[in-house]
Amino acid sequence: MYSEKVMDHFANPRNVGEIEGANAVGEVGNAKCGDIMKIYMDIQDNVIKDVKFKTFGCGAAIATSSMATEMVKGKTVDEALALTNKAVMEALDGLPKEKIHCSVLAEEAIQSAIEDYKRRNGESDKDSKCEFCCHKCSDVTEE
Amino acid sequence: MNSIYMDNNATTSLKKEVLDAMLPYLTDIYGNASSKFYKVGRDAEQALYKMRESVAKNIGAANVNEVYFTGSGCEADNWAIKGIAFANKNKGNHIITTKIEHHAILGTCEYLEKHGFEVTYLDVDEYGFVTPEAVEAAVTDNTILISVMTANNEIGTIEPIKEIAQIAKKHKIIFHTDAVQAIGHMKIDVQEMGVDMMSLSAHKFHGPKGVGMLYIKNGIRIDNLIHGGGQERGKRAATENLAGIAGLCKALEIAVSNLDANVAHMKKMRDRLIKGIKKSIPYCRLNGPEDEGRLCNNVNFSFQYVEGESILMMLDMKGIAASSGSACASGSLDPSHVLLAIGLPHEIAHGSLRLSVGEDTTEEEVDYLIEVLPPIIQRLREMSPLYEGVEKGDK
Repeated sequence: MYSEKVMDHFANPRNVGEIEGANAVGEVGNAKCGDIMKIYMDIQDNVIKDVKFKTFGCGAAIATSSMATEMVKGKTVDEALALTNKAVMEALDGLPKEKIHCSVLAEEAIQSAIEDYKRRNGESDKDSKCEFCCHKCSDVTEE
Repeated sequence: MNSIYMDNNATTSLKKEVLDAMLPYLTDIYGNASSKFYKVGRDAEQALYKMRESVAKNIGAANVNEVYFTGSGCEADNWAIKGIAFANKNKGNHIITTKIEHHAILGTCEYLEKHGFEVTYLDVDEYGFVTPEAVEAAVTDNTILISVMTANNEIGTIEPIKEIAQIAKKHKIIFHTDAVQAIGHMKIDVQEMGVDMMSLSAHKFHGPKGVGMLYIKNGIRIDNLIHGGGQERGKRAATENLAGIAGLCKALEIAVSNLDANVAHMKKMRDRLIKGIKKSIPYCRLNGPEDEGRLCNNVNFSFQYVEGESILMMLDMKGIAASSGSACASGSLDPSHVLLAIGLPHEIAHGSLRLSVGEDTTEEEVDYLIEVLPPIIQRLREMSPLYEGVEKGDK
């Protein structure tokens, strides 16, 4: 069901953990839907020096978190913002259809962290906390 | 160690003796049981009769002709529900069932709701039990059918079938039970249980896939689900799957004759698993009843802060086959309807793991699982944002 690359990133996820004193933190998803991604970044001079993640979720959620963090590490903030879920999926040699939302979540998690960074620097007034769960799960409402 | 199968509630391995019992009907005895004017057809017909007789005896049916073979447990459930609904639509349009039935029942009931029937889906308690009182309270003048499973496939709850059957009888309502998970794991006797109809499926007790059975007590009027030829006394068209039926029959014979020893063994393995997991993994919850009232082979835990599919994938890497009620594992948006019905919040339901042992499960296998599971849960927790601060006691 999963590609070898997905299995590799699930079994040996890159960049797992927290960054103490991170200057960008983003979290998307919710426990009700079964996946939450939290991204920590250390951004210096607009470059992502370090990035780490913590994910509660399925194999695809962990693999997409791992791959997305790999793809933005060392990149500029603008380059990271341009990361699409499609690019993450392609880098993982594809995902099963019902798991595409995990790649969307990964894209949103990166954006959410960068929004947080911009907000801290007074560049944005957007709230970094992504309130929606994920596109595929948006019809799940709080009881 | 590799290849440890702990998903016997999903399906079971085919026994060698069962395969041997099936093979003649795939080779020499190829006749159509309806073709009685030549020997190979008659041989098939006679064999079918003997199999039906054996199955009837092993489920405690009063008559051989109360046994109807089907293509699956799912078909038996569909037939029971739709067949009774359509045959009794002039009497009433109300069906009572529970929130924790198999999708074969729930999906059929939802279909019938689109066709003018009304369905009451009864709540269960935190262990998955439905009470006979709740069943009785739901009865209306329009109730034509009550369907409650004998034992739940996810959390192993054994329902009070006998008591519910008495209520159905008192109100002259037909009572069906889905016993698919129960056969081979507890004593099944349709007369003792007092049920009017009962579904079973061969592959849950070491028989082949693609064959099931519906017990229909004599005197119950039911519409056909499958129309066509006159097989199964005109109630279920299709040339009989003789090899499959031979497999079901043989598997049932073995399951019934070894029942006590098998149940004792599976209980021992189940309890060893439960004890071992509880002891070695914090923040876990056993779903379903503790001891009595639980299927002898079913274990279902929720592990807080982690998601079920990830657990399954890591167990698979260790050679262990298991199952989960998480949304991802079920391929839907919501976690298992059974776990939600017993009141688990979504996030706890997502972290569920079902381990179902079999008669061949060994102590070594159980101990291996107890050895590899805690580090898997710990690893996933360390990766989980929900677990942050838990160990430090912040949450």
